[in-house]
Amino acid sequence: MSNIRINIKNFFIRVFNIPFAFLMHAIDIIMWPIQKIIGVRNMPYIFLLPNLIFFGLFVIVPLGVNVAFSVTGGDELLFADREFSGAKHYNYLFDCENYLNANSCTEDFFWRGVHNTIFFVIFQVGLMIFFSLLTAVILNKKIIGRGFFRSVFFFPVLLSPVVVGLIWQWILLKNGILNAFIEANGGDKFSFLTDPGWAMTSSIFVSIWAHMGFYTLIVLAGLQAIPPNLYEAAEMDGTSRERTFFRITLPLLMPNLLVVFILASIKGVQTFDEIYVLTGGGPGTSTSLIVQYIFTTGFASSGSVQNFGLAAAASMVLGIVLLLLTLIQLYLSRSRENKHQEI
Amino acid sequence: MIKYFFKAVSVTAITISLTLVSAVSFAATDVRIMWYGDGDKENVPIQGQIDAFNAANSDINVILDIVPYDAIMNTLPIQLAAGEGPDIARVTDLGGLNKYYADITPHVANPQYYEDSFGPFLKWYRKAGDTSSIHGFHSTMTVTGPYVNKTLFEQAGVDLLGPGATWAEWADAANAVASKLDIPIPMAWDRSGHRVSGPAVSMGAQYFDASGDPKLVDDGLKAMTQMLYDWHQNGTMSKDLWGSVSGTKYHAPNDWWNAAEVVFMMSGSWQIGRFANEVGDDFDWWAVPAPCGPAACTGMPGGNALLAFTANDAVGRVMDYLSSKEQLGAFIGEVLAIPGHLDLPVDYQTDDPNAKHALETFAGAVPTIDQVAFDLQAHVDNRIMFNAIISRLGQAIVGEMSLEEAWVKMDEDVEKQLKEKYGG
Amino acid sequence: MGNTASLVKNIVTQKKYKEKYHWTDYFSYFYLFLGVFLMFGPIIWLGLSSVKTLAGIQEYPPTILPLSQIQVEVDGYEKPLSLYNVTLEDGSTTELAEIKRVGITSKMVDPKDTEQTYKIPIDKREKIREFSVQWDNYLDPLRKYNFLLYFKNSIFVTVIATIITLIINSMAAYALSIYEFRGKNIALVFVIGTLLIPLTIILVPVFYVIANFGMINSLWGVILPGAATPTGVFLLRQYMLTLPRELIEAARMDHASEWAIYWRIVLPLSIPAIAVLAIFSIMWRWNDFLWPLIVLSKSEVYTLQIALNAFHGELTSQWNYVLAMTMVTLLPIALIFTYLQKFITTGIASTGMK
Repeated sequence: MSNIRINIKNFFIRVFNIPFAFLMHAIDIIMWPIQKIIGVRNMPYIFLLPNLIFFGLFVIVPLGVNVAFSVTGGDELLFADREFSGAKHYNYLFDCENYLNANSCTEDFFWRGVHNTIFFVIFQVGLMIFFSLLTAVILNKKIIGRGFFRSVFFFPVLLSPVVVGLIWQWILLKNGILNAFIEANGGDKFSFLTDPGWAMTSSIFVSIWAHMGFYTLIVLAGLQAIPPNLYEAAEMDGTSRERTFFRITLPLLMPNLLVVFILASIKGVQTFDEIYVLTGGGPGTSTSLIVQYIFTTGFASSGSVQNFGLAAAASMVLGIVLLLLTLIQLYLSRSRENKHQEI
Repeated sequence: MIKYFFKAVSVTAITISLTLVSAVSFAATDVRIMWYGDGDKENVPIQGQIDAFNAANSDINVILDIVPYDAIMNTLPIQLAAGEGPDIARVTDLGGLNKYYADITPHVANPQYYEDSFGPFLKWYRKAGDTSSIHGFHSTMTVTGPYVNKTLFEQAGVDLLGPGATWAEWADAANAVASKLDIPIPMAWDRSGHRVSGPAVSMGAQYFDASGDPKLVDDGLKAMTQMLYDWHQNGTMSKDLWGSVSGTKYHAPNDWWNAAEVVFMMSGSWQIGRFANEVGDDFDWWAVPAPCGPAACTGMPGGNALLAFTANDAVGRVMDYLSSKEQLGAFIGEVLAIPGHLDLPVDYQTDDPNAKHALETFAGAVPTIDQVAFDLQAHVDNRIMFNAIISRLGQAIVGEMSLEEAWVKMDEDVEKQLKEKYGG
Repeated sequence: MGNTASLVKNIVTQKKYKEKYHWTDYFSYFYLFLGVFLMFGPIIWLGLSSVKTLAGIQEYPPTILPLSQIQVEVDGYEKPLSLYNVTLEDGSTTELAEIKRVGITSKMVDPKDTEQTYKIPIDKREKIREFSVQWDNYLDPLRKYNFLLYFKNSIFVTVIATIITLIINSMAAYALSIYEFRGKNIALVFVIGTLLIPLTIILVPVFYVIANFGMINSLWGVILPGAATPTGVFLLRQYMLTLPRELIEAARMDHASEWAIYWRIVLPLSIPAIAVLAIFSIMWRWNDFLWPLIVLSKSEVYTLQIALNAFHGELTSQWNYVLAMTMVTLLPIALIFTYLQKFITTGIASTGMK
């Protein structure tokens, strides 16, 4: 770094320090007497307190409220105006002749959301792992401008979902640049966003585009943690590159890949923002995912009844599914660790 | 110890002085208006009127929140449910929010003025059984109806149809023009159940049963939705428009229309100002009389109203100002809308022959609006019916269910939501 | 010994010494360039489109560069007229300016010879265009739609939220890493458990809680719920576990209060991890969409993302404004990216995202 940059950096640090130090001293006024009273041994509880208050208020209490919402009915928000309805909402949600055919269900929008989300997550996570792995392997090689290429793939991760949705909607429009390119090369225009099949494909593609970089970096970290002497040994033995990859790299990478799988699935099930901006859930309901259902039922019902209870019930179902997903995957990673220990 | 007290005192002193410096004084009463407008054409004039009012009345501070239409439909009800919300809002779901409206009769200067000027519309805001409250006034009245791109008709050499033409005939004409000139979209409708309802009534839909309860799917509605479905399958209407959003989301094809890629557009009188502004000179946009069905040749009345959620003197004064003949007249004249006022002289600020013709056409359509359409507009739960129509029809069009299934689901949707709202 | 090792390493990590390049190398470079095109391309296209005129944006097929029609001053006409390339009846082409379009014919005039007016059918004329950048696309919304205010709101939320997040998360991480106390494991499980409960599940109830505190339509209603992030606590704790305990013990001997130890010793040492959390927090908060969408409806408290989405839906017939404001929204992130890319890419690896 040049001298000027160091000077600027130091200047900023000093300027930042003033209010920071002020704030710290201010809090110390409260802390010091507290410490005198309760002693050093009990200080951790104080440090933990603000975080716990926030968690309690904004996570635990709402969880309880959610349960309460899901067992009461009516379109009012305040509990005073709601009436107890027991398992009515849950019965509603699960009232289906045939779980595989959304149209046969009472609350068919919910089941469409479920089917779409399952389809979406399977393909999005699967493809994302594949591409993250491929990209990480390539980025791990000695290539010119490696640092630059690494940040390139990470760039879309920094964009907000609204921006991601807008940019791609703009590109994939019937009269957008992609169709212009296709037509210029003799093809016919595609309805990337308004044909049910294509809309889902576009959604999966855009979602991968926006998140791949993050997982690539995680896999890359895992690749770099593999000791190079393993490769040296393989080279000495004359092993081909392909065998090296499948017999050495991949098995050692498994823990990282599992982390990616868990994170990506959990995030994938919760996808809403970018798809909502990209397609609005359309055409019809072909890209409506489950969080969109919760959002529309409880909040954005365009003048129809705002059914907070139903939305809460649906979100409880979603929560349980996520919990199961996580537990299954934790079990998988535990059993994998055990397997390794056996070796 | 001393160090501690010194620190405590100095920090407290600095904090207090900082807080005082950033404190804002509230000398004036705030009146908050949540407003949506059809583009600059409406937002600029209203902002001007508010600014003038604030300048002339230093004890009231009117804040105009210009929000998208979506916010009025979705966020406003939630806020009101949570006890928040603006003092006044420009509302289209007139009946749906009526449990929140405040009666401002004791706070306005002359309640009789409201009765005389807005009489028939006032009851659209009142709860069942209430015959006297004044909740606000009609900002603009709207009528739904079609426009055509007259320039394209001329280029194709196809004549415009006159009054009495049916929907089928108009569809044929639009298709003829489109195929001659290679226009991608012969016919486009706003994606809204409200828009479908006028033509549905023309085809014989009754919307209510004999005792006045909502009964959505009948032969008339079936006929209209069948037509819309068929048009989407045979290319008269493009799946790209209604297909680009889902559920009950509103979508207007203005960007396609502005680019002259639509021959026939079913929308309403609120577009006049917007077209004048955005289309300008590019082509001739021409309002045509409502196409006919076996029962009527009607559109849907509508409009929006400025309604009060808080009842106090400040709100009353703002309402009086905005509803006065002078201000409302000036506003209507600027935005090129139809007034919801029984006796309002308006000087339309336009030379555009298209705009003038459109205003005449729509104003002339008001007396021909069918009674069923009026009753539908006045009904508290009409949104539920409109949403059911458009979300299920949309699904049928993209192939997620058959039209017959969609009809069943429409009735089920209405029934479910009414049950949730009223219990039992 | 070191020389041999590095020699071997060179041989292994570079291309096989037998051939110059392996097919995987060609494929790698191809893939990387494709990646750059795919990752950056959309942004560049967005940028180029954002300075076009509305007509330029709506036309099909679109042009790469921003073009707009040339306007000329013509004697005898007060407003500048648009210039076209016109095919006359005899087949020759000439440049004419349009006075007015009536129906399907256009009344045009020759700018060089203002006596001559022509009646030309509109399909015989073609616009003449030149490269021109429409900065108004950026300026108009800033003037008319208050985007500056939304920008300010976003900055306020991002900065305050990040500060709060850093403080309370580092406090919690400090407690969970440096100390041993009763209930520590329970607290740890508690924190990790909340990782499993994403906002989307408790959307309605958190709204209810916020409503009860009267924080609807307040920026604080947006800031507070997400301030305690389990990921943040985790990240910082992992790092703090690696700090040497002797420093802390020595400070205690010197009668330093626990709070002083925290902010004078532990915090400065944890700066790499704090930096990563800060970057992530800024990114999350700046881009936050779903929660503010629900909480904020008074337009003066809109954040940039909400405003962008709202006007996108509203002004689909004014794509030029939408695109320009999208660029504005992503600019701060892009700046952070360029200056701090090293931090981000190495930071994630070093703190070991487990």
